[in-house]
Amino acid sequence: MMRAFLAIVGRDLRLALAGGGDAAIAVAFFLVVAIIFPFGIGSEQALLARIGAGVVWVAALLAALLSLERVFAADFEDGSLDLLALGPLPPALLALAKALAHWLATGLPLVVAAPFVAILYGLPPAALPVLALALLFGTPTLSLLGAIGAALALGARRGGVLVPLLVLPLCVPVLIFGAAAAEAAITGGALRLPLSLLAAFLLTAAALAPWAAGAALRQALGE
Amino acid sequence: MAIFEGVDLACERGGRVVFAGLGFAAASGGVLLLAGANGAGKSSLLRLMAGLAAPAAGALRWAGKPVTDDPDGHRARLAWLGHADAVKPALTVARNLANWAGMAGPRRAAADIDAALDRVGLGRLGPIPARHLSAGQRRRLALARLALGAAPLWLLDEPTTALDEDGVARLAGLIDRHCASGGIVVAATHGAVLAAALTAPVATLTLRAAS
Repeated sequence: MMRAFLAIVGRDLRLALAGGGDAAIAVAFFLVVAIIFPFGIGSEQALLARIGAGVVWVAALLAALLSLERVFAADFEDGSLDLLALGPLPPALLALAKALAHWLATGLPLVVAAPFVAILYGLPPAALPVLALALLFGTPTLSLLGAIGAALALGARRGGVLVPLLVLPLCVPVLIFGAAAAEAAITGGALRLPLSLLAAFLLTAAALAPWAAGAALRQALGE
Repeated sequence: MAIFEGVDLACERGGRVVFAGLGFAAASGGVLLLAGANGAGKSSLLRLMAGLAAPAAGALRWAGKPVTDDPDGHRARLAWLGHADAVKPALTVARNLANWAGMAGPRRAAADIDAALDRVGLGRLGPIPARHLSAGQRRRLALARLALGAAPLWLLDEPTTALDEDGVARLAGLIDRHCASGGIVVAATHGAVLAAALTAPVATLTLRAAS
């Protein structure tokens, strides 16, 4: 079972990294969104430093959403999902493997890219490690919550539009405490509360989201 | 000797009864062909057989035991060929095959992969990205999964789609060999092309849409 789990993660990573795959697109999208903001709101240094952490989080959320729709839809359309469902993994573990692969391919690169964006926005250097750590806790939660939305939207018309509508509201707590952690690092406030809440969200999502996504997968395949 | 049978099966899709009161039996070493017009429920029946969907009524049995008693065991004993080929265009032909082999069992040697590709006539295309394959070659790649696996029950949905004469002959060869070693094959198919090419014993079940 472990072998099948790793085989699915490896397969999805290979697909995400294959020429022009999801991984490169997510990072490019993240950087473009972050760079576009100052064009709209002006380049006043104090203002940018003030909103930098929030921009990083919103851009990371959008970049993660961009590829979430394809987590199951691509396999659903080409018949691979039938074969995956007939493999040795139960649906919940299948969903967990797909969410893990999505995070490794798109979330982890964002964690690495985020400090560079933060420097562009003039965030104090002391805030960078906290921002990266908060993203390290927050982005896997986005992938896990996203897997539920992606599985629920299978077979629906305009599924690609449906996924963000389902997932974005669920991601609000992660966004709030992610930005709060960066804020606290800049102003010298307490880091412990927002970071432990982000970790709690991640653990809860890791325990519950695969079951919900697995149930949605079973439903989509049975129809 | 294993027998795969269905008793009094009914299938509903979107509130409409596709078929009801359907029974079948397939014994080890035999081929069961599913015939019937478009929409008669051939694919739906195959999905019930695989456990991908649950029947609205009736039961499936393997060697006398309901398959719902041991769904993991049932999944492990079947090989599935859907109407879609499950081929990823971005990966090489060999990689596509190795991915599925890696999920089903122990890591397979490159030689095994090449041998399976050889048997479906794709022997020299292993290192080529699958996006360059024609529709018939993609179908052959999907068939190579069967050649590589060891599952006793094959469920095939329109396996001859897009295949040329040589492809059909190779498919028939795979099925004959599988049956000769005691396997069971259930295949939904139009026309008599596949039946004519087989030497294994063939039974035909004709589905009629419920009115």
